[in-house]
Parts: sequence; structure tokens; C-alpha cells
Amino acid sequence: MQDSTSTYTLAEDLQAPMAPKKSKIRESWNMLRANRLAFMGLAIFLTFFIIAVLGLFLTSGTHPIFDPSMVRLQEKLRPPLSKPRVEILTPEQIPRLGMYLFGTDDLGRDVFSRMLQGAWVSLTVGFVAVGISVLIGIFMGGLAGYYGNAFVRSGHIVSLSLAIVAGICLYLNLQLFFLCSITASAVAFYLYVKKTPGFYLPVMSIDTLIMRIVDIMLCFPSFFLILTVVALLPASMYNIMIVIGLTSWMGAARFVRAEFLALREQDFVMAAKALGLRDLRIIFRHMMPNAIGPVLVSATIGIASAILTEAGLSFLGFGVPPPHATWGNILSDGKRFIFDAPWLTFIPGIAILIVVLAFNLFGEGLRDILNPRLRERSL
Amino acid sequence: MLSFIGRSIVQKTVTLFFVSIVSFLIIHLAPGKPSQVNPLNPKFTPELVERFRKAFHLDEPLYDQYLYFYRDLFTGKIVSWKDNRPVLQKIWERFLNSLPLFIVGTLLTWTLSFPLGIRSAIYRGGVYDRTVTFFSYLLISIPGFFFAYVLIIFVVTRFHVPVIGMETFGLGDASWPPMVMDRVWHLLLPSVLGATGGIAVLSRYVRSQMLEVERQEYIRTAVAKGLHPDQVHYKHALRNALLPFVTMFGLILPGLIGGSVIIESIFSWPGMGRMAYEAILARDYPVILTVNFVSAVLVLAGTFISDILYMVADPRIRL
Repeated sequence: MQDSTSTYTLAEDLQAPMAPKKSKIRESWNMLRANRLAFMGLAIFLTFFIIAVLGLFLTSGTHPIFDPSMVRLQEKLRPPLSKPRVEILTPEQIPRLGMYLFGTDDLGRDVFSRMLQGAWVSLTVGFVAVGISVLIGIFMGGLAGYYGNAFVRSGHIVSLSLAIVAGICLYLNLQLFFLCSITASAVAFYLYVKKTPGFYLPVMSIDTLIMRIVDIMLCFPSFFLILTVVALLPASMYNIMIVIGLTSWMGAARFVRAEFLALREQDFVMAAKALGLRDLRIIFRHMMPNAIGPVLVSATIGIASAILTEAGLSFLGFGVPPPHATWGNILSDGKRFIFDAPWLTFIPGIAILIVVLAFNLFGEGLRDILNPRLRERSL
Repeated sequence: MLSFIGRSIVQKTVTLFFVSIVSFLIIHLAPGKPSQVNPLNPKFTPELVERFRKAFHLDEPLYDQYLYFYRDLFTGKIVSWKDNRPVLQKIWERFLNSLPLFIVGTLLTWTLSFPLGIRSAIYRGGVYDRTVTFFSYLLISIPGFFFAYVLIIFVVTRFHVPVIGMETFGLGDASWPPMVMDRVWHLLLPSVLGATGGIAVLSRYVRSQMLEVERQEYIRTAVAKGLHPDQVHYKHALRNALLPFVTMFGLILPGLIGGSVIIESIFSWPGMGRMAYEAILARDYPVILTVNFVSAVLVLAGTFISDILYMVADPRIRL
């Protein structure tokens, strides 16, 4: 009798839902909804994304709908919301909206169109620069965290430095030296593979090497370094993205390394190894999803600071070259008219502020959501 | 302790050596040559360029240039390409100009962020906390140059005080009170701007440290045995929350030479940042490299000092 009831309840239990079925994403979404500031940040970010993509289409092409480079010298420094004086404009000079929504600048260009064009620059600089830095950071941090105990051997160093010498020779057009050093490099690598004593000395662990590289990179004053490199290279948007990316990967590398060091010792990684999975699969399929949280947070905040850096560079005159509008250079051009045409300062300034604020708030919210330890507890 | 100091000095010297190589390579492998800064200038004849190249060893291989540069740097003979003045002397003059900004900015940061952070940790979740949180995000996110112009418009239209430069031009023989006030007005805006970001970040950090400590059990014990809340917060909690900030004294050292490029160029402040910016524009390699080197030394010295301070302050840490 007793037996049958217990089986009955067991069957019942199996039928009934065991626990509230909430996926992880659903749970995170609810927590994001609860965090009002972070939710606002996400909403602004999505709006900004849509505006930037729309702006790219509306302002590019030979006959754009909103022409950011249309010069109307007779209509310069008109305040926001002012009506165009139709009688002195040719038909194609009349702004599409029937008014200058954000006013015009000192050449009579429509600030609204220029802001639209600039949105795309801010967006791509933010995302591409952070993308580069996160990729490098994951690579370096993953290497240090997962293979950290392996050694860099003397053969590696000899072979690599000979290869670098070969590269320099190629750059300086010294063919003979190039051939010599590239052969020497290959020979050194061969000796290393054969474990010849002199070429198989452990010098330092990979972890030490990478963390020393991080230390070296952290010694450079970052904005000054970016400014130097951008000033020396030819002005272009891509150089700026690459330089910002190359100088800001250290944080991501440290986070990934720390997470990997902890994850490496966990049982599920051991189990994955015991199953004979390849290293790459363990790293990307099993460890990375657990380590990505802090990286995502720092990436979101990194986008905010990359946008600020780009605006700062544009402001100093090292940004995207002139005919193209960015928020930084609209502001920089407008500073001469700060008392006569304050909208040239305030509109781009407030736009940058709102977008950067949105990314910062969203990033902080993400940190609270992804890190259960930081959740608000009733004390 | 002694072995730690020895080890870390060796390690930091090695790091510094690599920094010197990397910064040298970055500058010299970038496209464009300093001898071609102004190719359209008719005074820049090929002979002159040749003489210039010879005088500054630009015709020699890169590793020789490296050795020449750092020999000159350490013997103090390094001169600017732009005006032939000793670089170290130039940097020292500009450093003295930047110093007041740095001191006032740091004082503002450290005196304002602690009360803000502590109070918002004690009243967490309340109106005060939320207001401070929002404003600190606002200050972190505002572009410095935009904020600078907002403040300039405000001060100039409201108080009718000129704020560009270090002092008002042509105030030569005024009596000292207006003179001092003039200096203070000129100092105020740039240092407030320099401090805003710091205040926002530091007060958030103070808040999270305080929250962390207030969660501990000894705080609960202190509350439970009926101590006055002030005593719990400011004696039991604050003392322990302060520990990480001891180390930050070391980390403000690099700020000495940093000097904000953007703020100094907006306010025409003849400080370090401006000098570095002008050196970059003129491709004045010795100045750029020296600034870079000195700031790397300061970063390393800062981390070293903060490690030592941490060991002194927290007996649990043994490196």
C-alpha cells in the first residue's frame, strides 16, 4: 500500500513541472528590466544603433537624402529649428525637413545631416576598436590562462628573433641577409623540435611572458600614445580604430586570464579533457562561455571610452579627415562660435554624453546581472 | 621585504628597458621623417636637411640612434630638435606650470570623493545614493572638452572673468589681492575639470569598498552590541575600507607628468600636456620620447610605492 502511493507520487512529480522553467536569458532579461538605469542604457543604445545605420544610408551616395556636405554660405549659423529662407536658396539646397532641425554651421551646412553622418563614425569606432581589443585580449589571456604553465624555450626565442631580423632585412631590402636569417631561423626551430640541449632550455613560462608584455603596455600613457601614433600615421578612420584597439586590450587579457586560471582547475574541464576533447574545443566551447562575463562588461564600458577617445582625437584635429563629419569635429569646428552659435557645441556634446552614458550604465547593469555576488541583497 | 624590493627593482628595470625599445621603434618606424616636416618651406634646402640629419644622427642605423638617444638622455645632454634647448630643462619648466593644476585637482578629488562615497554607501538605495550614482555616471561619461566649454560659458557670462591661460594678460602692476584672485580664477576651471573624472570614479570605488566592509560580520556584531551608528560606520567600517586606498597614493604619481592634453589646450595652459602635443605636431622626437620615458618611470615607481605601502599597511600581505 505504502509502496504504491510512493510510486504514484513519484510519477506525479515527474509529470509536474520540477522548477519554474526559466532560461538563463529570460532570467537575465528580467533582472535587466528591474534595473531601470541599465534598461534605459540598453534602450538608448539600440536607438543609437538604429539611428547610426539609418544615418549611414541617408547621408551616403552621390545624391543623399540628407546631404551633410551641402554648403549654403547665405544661410550660415542659423539657429536650430529655424526655417530656411526659401527665396535665396536653389531648390536642391532646401533641407528635406523644411527646417534646420539642429541649425547650420559656419558654412551653412545642415548640422542635423552632419550629426547623422557622425553617428556611424562613433558607432564603428567604438565597436571595431573594442572588437580588436577584445580579440587580442581573449587570445593573450586565454594563452596565459590555459597554456600558462608551458615554457617558452630558448629555441623559440632564437628562432623568433632571427625571423624578426629577417623581416627587418626584407623591409630594408637586403635580400642576402634576409635569406641568411630566415634559414638560420628555420634551423633554430628545427633544433628546437629535435630537443637539442642548447635550444630546449626553459626560459620563462608563457604566463610570465604575457603578463610582462601586459606590464610593458600598461607603462605607456594611453591617450598620449594613441595621439602620437595617430599623428604620425596618415589620418584615417581605420588607423584610429586599430590604434585604440591595440592599446586597450590589457584589461580584457587580465580578466580572461584570471577566469581561465580558476576554470582550469574545475571538474567539468577535467571531464572534458578526460573525454579526449581537443584543446580548442575545451577553450571555446566549455571555458569561454563561463569566462566571457567580465569581458563583456569591460567591452561595453570600453566602447564608451573608445567613443570618448575618438571624439577627443577629432577635437584635437587628428580624427577622421575633414569633409567627413564626426561628432568630435563638429564640436571642434563650433568652438570658435561658442558664444554666437552655442548649438554647435551643445548638440554634439550632448549627443556624445548621452551615448557614452548609455554604454556606461548598460555595462554597469550587465556587471550586476552577470555577477551574482554583487546582486543587491537584503541586509 | 628586502628580497621583494630587490626583485621588483630588477623586474621594473627590465620592463623599462623594453618600454624604451618599443617607444623608440614606434616613433622611428612610423611613416614620415622629421627632416621632412615642412617640405614646402623654401628655407628647407637639401643641404640643410642633410646637416640636420647629420647633427641628430639621423643618417645612422636605428640601433646607433637608440644608443645615442639614451646616452644623451642619461647624461642630460638631450636637446629638442625644435629650438635646441635641453629637453630636461624644458620639461621641468612645463612641469612647474602643470604642478598647481595637479595639486589642486588631486586635493579636490581626494577630499570630495570620500564623503560622497561613504555617505552613499551608508544610505545605499536611498535618494542620496541614487542621485550621487547618477551624477557620477554623468561625470564619467561627459566628454572633457564639452564640459570645459559649458563651464567656460557659465563662468564668463555669469562672473565676467576671463579664464584662458595662466593669468590675465597685462595685469602687470596690479596690487596683490586682484592678482591672487586672478590666478585662482584661472586655476579653478582647469583643475575642477581635471578632478571631475577622478571624483566620479573614486567615489564609486569608495562606495563599493564601504559596502563590502559593511557586509562583514564584525560590523553586524558592532551593530548588535548597540554601538552608536556613527561609531560603527566611521570607526569600525571606514578604517577597514580605507586599506585599498593607501595603495592608490602610489598610483596618482603618473598623473604628475600626464597633464591632460585636451584640457591644457582648451585653456591655453602652458603645461606638460600642451608641450607633448606641440612636440607631436612638430615631430620633435627627443621631447616625445623623453616624456614617454619619464612617464613610464613614474608608472613603475607608482606601482612599486603602492606595493610597499600595501605591505606596510596590511600585515597580512607578505609578497
